[in-house]
Amino acid sequence: MACLLEAPLRISVLSEVTATSRHYVDRLFDPDPQKVLQGVIDMKNAVIGNNKQKANLIVLGAVPRLLYLLQQSSSSPELRTECAVVLGSLAMGTENNIKSLVDCHIIPALLQGLLCPDLIFIEACLRCLRTVFISPVTPVQLLYTDPTVIPHLMSLLSRSQRTQEYITQIFSHCCKTPEHQTVLFSHGAIQNIAPLLIYHSYKVRMQALKCFSVLAYENTQVSMTLVNVLVEGELLSQVFVRMMQRDQPIEMQLTAAKCLTYMCRAGAIRTDDSCVVLKALPCLVRMCSKEHLLEERVEGAETLAYLMEPDVELQRIASTTDHLVAMLADYFKYPSSVSAINDIKRLDHDLKHAHELRQAAFKLYASLGSNDEDIRKKITETENMMDRIVSGLSESSIKVRLAAVRCLHSLSRSVQQLRTSFHDHAVWKPLMKLLQNAPDEVLVMASSTLCNLLLEFSPSKEPILESGVIELLCGLTQSDSPALRVNGIWALMNMAFQADQKVKVEIVRSLGTEQLFRLLSDPDSNVLMKTLGLLRNLLSTRTHIDQIMSSHGKQIMQAVTLILEAEHSIEVKEQTLCILANIADGNAAKELIMTNDDMLQKIKHYMGHSNVKLQLAATFCISNLIWNEEDVQAVVNSDCAHKGSQERQDKLREMGFVDVLHKLTQASDPNLCDRAKTAMQQYLA
Amino acid sequence: LSFPEAATLKPACCGTTLPRSPCSSLQFTLLLIRGCHTAAIFSPQSLSLSAYSSSPLTRARSGNPEHELNERLKHLYPAVNEEETPLPRSWSPKDKYSYIGLSQNNLRVHYKGHGKNHKDAASVRATHPIPAACGIYYFEVKIVSKGRDGYMGIGLSAQGVNMNRLPGWDKHSYGYHGDDGHSFCSSGTGQPYGPTFTTGDVIGCCVNLINNTCFYTKNGISLGRVLISFYTLYQPNLYPTVGLQTPGEIVDANFGQQPFVFDIEDYMSEWRAKIHGMIARFPIGERLGEWQVVLQNMVSSYLVHHGYCATATAFARATETLIQEDQTSIKNRQRIQKLVLAGRVGEAIEATQQLYPTLLEHNPNLLFMLKCRQFVEMVNGTDSEVCCLSVRSPKSQDSYPGSPGLTPRHAAGNAHLHAAGADSPTCSNGVTPPAKSKSHGFTGGVKYASVSSSSASASSSTSSSPSSVNYSESNSSDSTKSQPHSANSTQETSDSEMDVEAEHYTNGVVEGSSARIMNGTYKHEEILQPDDNSIGNGVTNDSCSNGRQLCGGNQAATERMIQFGRELQMLNEQLCREYGKNTTHKKMLQDAFSLLAYSDPWNCPVGQQLDPTQRESLCSALNSAILVSQNLPKQPPLMLALGQATECVQLMARVRSGSCSFARVDNFLH
Repeated sequence: MACLLEAPLRISVLSEVTATSRHYVDRLFDPDPQKVLQGVIDMKNAVIGNNKQKANLIVLGAVPRLLYLLQQSSSSPELRTECAVVLGSLAMGTENNIKSLVDCHIIPALLQGLLCPDLIFIEACLRCLRTVFISPVTPVQLLYTDPTVIPHLMSLLSRSQRTQEYITQIFSHCCKTPEHQTVLFSHGAIQNIAPLLIYHSYKVRMQALKCFSVLAYENTQVSMTLVNVLVEGELLSQVFVRMMQRDQPIEMQLTAAKCLTYMCRAGAIRTDDSCVVLKALPCLVRMCSKEHLLEERVEGAETLAYLMEPDVELQRIASTTDHLVAMLADYFKYPSSVSAINDIKRLDHDLKHAHELRQAAFKLYASLGSNDEDIRKKITETENMMDRIVSGLSESSIKVRLAAVRCLHSLSRSVQQLRTSFHDHAVWKPLMKLLQNAPDEVLVMASSTLCNLLLEFSPSKEPILESGVIELLCGLTQSDSPALRVNGIWALMNMAFQADQKVKVEIVRSLGTEQLFRLLSDPDSNVLMKTLGLLRNLLSTRTHIDQIMSSHGKQIMQAVTLILEAEHSIEVKEQTLCILANIADGNAAKELIMTNDDMLQKIKHYMGHSNVKLQLAATFCISNLIWNEEDVQAVVNSDCAHKGSQERQDKLREMGFVDVLHKLTQASDPNLCDRAKTAMQQYLA
Repeated sequence: LSFPEAATLKPACCGTTLPRSPCSSLQFTLLLIRGCHTAAIFSPQSLSLSAYSSSPLTRARSGNPEHELNERLKHLYPAVNEEETPLPRSWSPKDKYSYIGLSQNNLRVHYKGHGKNHKDAASVRATHPIPAACGIYYFEVKIVSKGRDGYMGIGLSAQGVNMNRLPGWDKHSYGYHGDDGHSFCSSGTGQPYGPTFTTGDVIGCCVNLINNTCFYTKNGISLGRVLISFYTLYQPNLYPTVGLQTPGEIVDANFGQQPFVFDIEDYMSEWRAKIHGMIARFPIGERLGEWQVVLQNMVSSYLVHHGYCATATAFARATETLIQEDQTSIKNRQRIQKLVLAGRVGEAIEATQQLYPTLLEHNPNLLFMLKCRQFVEMVNGTDSEVCCLSVRSPKSQDSYPGSPGLTPRHAAGNAHLHAAGADSPTCSNGVTPPAKSKSHGFTGGVKYASVSSSSASASSSTSSSPSSVNYSESNSSDSTKSQPHSANSTQETSDSEMDVEAEHYTNGVVEGSSARIMNGTYKHEEILQPDDNSIGNGVTNDSCSNGRQLCGGNQAATERMIQFGRELQMLNEQLCREYGKNTTHKKMLQDAFSLLAYSDPWNCPVGQQLDPTQRESLCSALNSAILVSQNLPKQPPLMLALGQATECVQLMARVRSGSCSFARVDNFLH
């Protein structure tokens, strides 16, 4: 035997490797089972740590043969185990190896192998499965195709420390969707894995912990169950707290903090619970510090951003913890100039993580600054912050761009920042550029930010208008995504607020009445609301009202009628009545209402509505109609106007509005009461 | 309280020479001595402060707040020696500005000035500075009321810093201020640091003496580092400090009286892990092999030093190292040590004189100490000069020819028999049988480290296997701990036909400047054959089984003791003449004689002397003296290294290197 081996080995050294590899494969076909076993063992020793050898064996077709031997019930248990070990070794190689193995249907074969009673064989199969499943190239779904697999894996958990380690590792890598979570949950993952959290082996504890973090992520059902789980009389949250102790390995602290974060976000733990405020949050802040690995810092920052996103109190606490805001500035210093000179390996490492670090920092800043003005101020005052955001907006990595625009959006909620730093750094320029050609998720964020930049008091509004934003926003209103439609129309609405006639005309022209009325029948009520808002902003100040109504009066009145007749929320109706009130404020436009008896009846109806807001809006409309204009346009056309108002008053009295108004002066709501009284005074005037 | 000279004993001694009325004369003696005894009662030993027990901290305990505070401080700062550097426990009523008022056991601070402007600021320091041995120190302050403007400052300051200021404004002071949330570092202008704080908030201040930083906390959340100047940290006196500036401001301190809001223990655990990691990963590099040889030599020399002859030989064989000292010499030393530890000091002296003729001549102090101890052992009834008198067996009296156990080979055959009965024939873990042939049955062999079982029957089964090391509470590392157990072990166990002999060994004594490290106290029990009684083992004493009596309750023995006392007194006078007065000797003699003043010497203020563990230090002194006379080191290198490490850590504390608190030697001794 030894002699036989000697010769081919020497050849391999001299000529090519394939010859020896061929020899190994040939031996798998020997009729003597003993020789086959020896062949597999020799193969095992030959492939360990030798990627080239692994690739050769795969090319030469060793895998199907090994799988055949593994599945044959006539094979001896030793042979089957050794086959699984060799396959596991092959899987340890490159991603291509894994692909080849998966293509050879290794997964079903190994899963089948788990049904064998022999524990050693099961462990070898699980080890190989683990290696295959933790690779990113393996389709996770393969674990779930056979519904009996998961329950069987659960039952194998108690067999040995190895089965525990491999199975939990498989679970933690293969639980990617809510469906996966549900499958694992319904097969008792929690009860089966919970005891492993206090197991003596660190590896097992760690994998069990990872399982819980992927199970609880955005899953209320799992999270709610987790809070009530006891491990040896101790609540799970307390077990996690212990795992976050500062002398524990960083990986464990971080994963335990993740578990608590997910449970908190899923609503299972209150945000003011001490295990969140005093433990998970400080732990995650700690992970952001310089002394940790770049990967840990990225993960820590992202998890922290997720934890405090909806809770302003947590944002406030985090902003004061360990100088977090200043600490994050360090995330932008990679690759550092020092590492570039000294250490090529380090530079490579830094470069790889630089994008990840930047986007994580932007995310965390976005989360920190989403509600509190003081925190936003603190962020913008951080060294070079605005410059960093501006350059982040035009980075090549889409992840960084998205995070940067999120951060910008969060900061744009501040009136003060809009007036100062946003203008100083001309953030609108890269923002506009970003809007030209970006994927939807970036567009949503960027257009939201634009909405804020177009607010009336924003100094950036003018330059943005000049850069042709109207076309762009009108384009957005035609998007398939409701979020983009809302943002587009919202931005137009903001733009139209107290705008020049020129801008308003441009908006109407660019949007087109057809599109405007299409938006008024949009299924998304947010879109409808903002479109009405746009109309209302367009129809302000008398001259603008008359001008627009003269060209689009018919369609607008039609649309208003439709909305008032249809089933809509109070807010929509209120907004519509406000538009009517604006129309009633126009000189010529008034007539469009006065001549429409149907509309007047509707107004009368809303004056008697049970909702005060609607009553108020309707009364406002009537008040505008009966208004005595002498103070405004007296010089030009006082006689005519006065005459007009007298006519309207008479008509409205005929229709019984005076009685309604009279009734309203007794209303309990003071605003409504006042409004009705003012209107009544017009009659007396 | 000065001792009225030992001369008082003289008439008493004369009196007791009367053979007819020893008892009455003894009473008379005792009366005389009692007068001078108060000195001993108030000796530092009997007043030793042992307020701090080492039991683990239990937070639930709410009984005694003082006790709880002590427990918590001990738990947080185990490396601090409070006798040397007390921890802050309250604000100092002396070290404060006049505008500061204190109440509630000096824990509550309130402002009582005008509070017009910053010139009315006032501070108070804690009673004691922060000891460097803390490594990491923490205290908290609760804002009870923010008063008019809430100008509170929490922080640190060195001694002598002006108290008419808020902490942080001056050199060597640091503070976090409530009104603006700024941190002041020895400067009148603060740096933006954290949030403001006000009524109801709990503010903490943590000093990290390892990385020279401090940080403040608000309601249990750390607010981030502040660097502390190197120079300030090396001030020997950095105090917890608070300052107030406007009327109505009230704050309460928590120096450990209550659990802290911030989890300081968690923070400490991180640093402990860091420092332990640093030690564990200390680079050895190429010198791995070298270190192994050093370690082997250390172990070997340790075994030799204490005379674990067979173990040392076996170890040397296994590791292929050489033993410096010759076998017989080791065995001789071991024999002498065993005699001392068994309380047979007289025999030990004689054996020493015989084997090392000039040793005691050159060490009169040692001789005196030995003799003093011999006297104590006579009281105890363990010294062969008295115990042979008290044993009824004629044989045993025969075997007392005036100079007991002079010849090593005297009763070899007999002893061998015992050894075979008790031990495995190989005797691998003790001393080879011929070596310990003594007429008083000092046989068997030291069973190295294998003996801890306290019952005779158990020891017979375990004693032969060296691997069955079984440490019980009473013979663990601290010699004081084993006292209660061992105090009576010599006397009480001999009530059956089995004779049990207990011995206590000090495994190693390091005489560092402050600490004596006993690496282990092993109790050795030896089983002798039932008929040993008739041979007359010295310790066997039937009368003792019912209660301890002076000199075993034997008249002749008592007389012998009195006579010996007189000789001892004479020796002292002689030494005084030759070398001048020696207060240590005087004290020793005084204490020894004081034993006679009580009817029950075992339960008296100086009864501690009778404790067998007291033999250990003497034993090791004698052993060291012998080794020195042979030109061998006084201490084994292992103990030297250990002592050096311990001393080094203490030195670190003195030079204010904080990491010492997490690098304690006992963390690494298991």
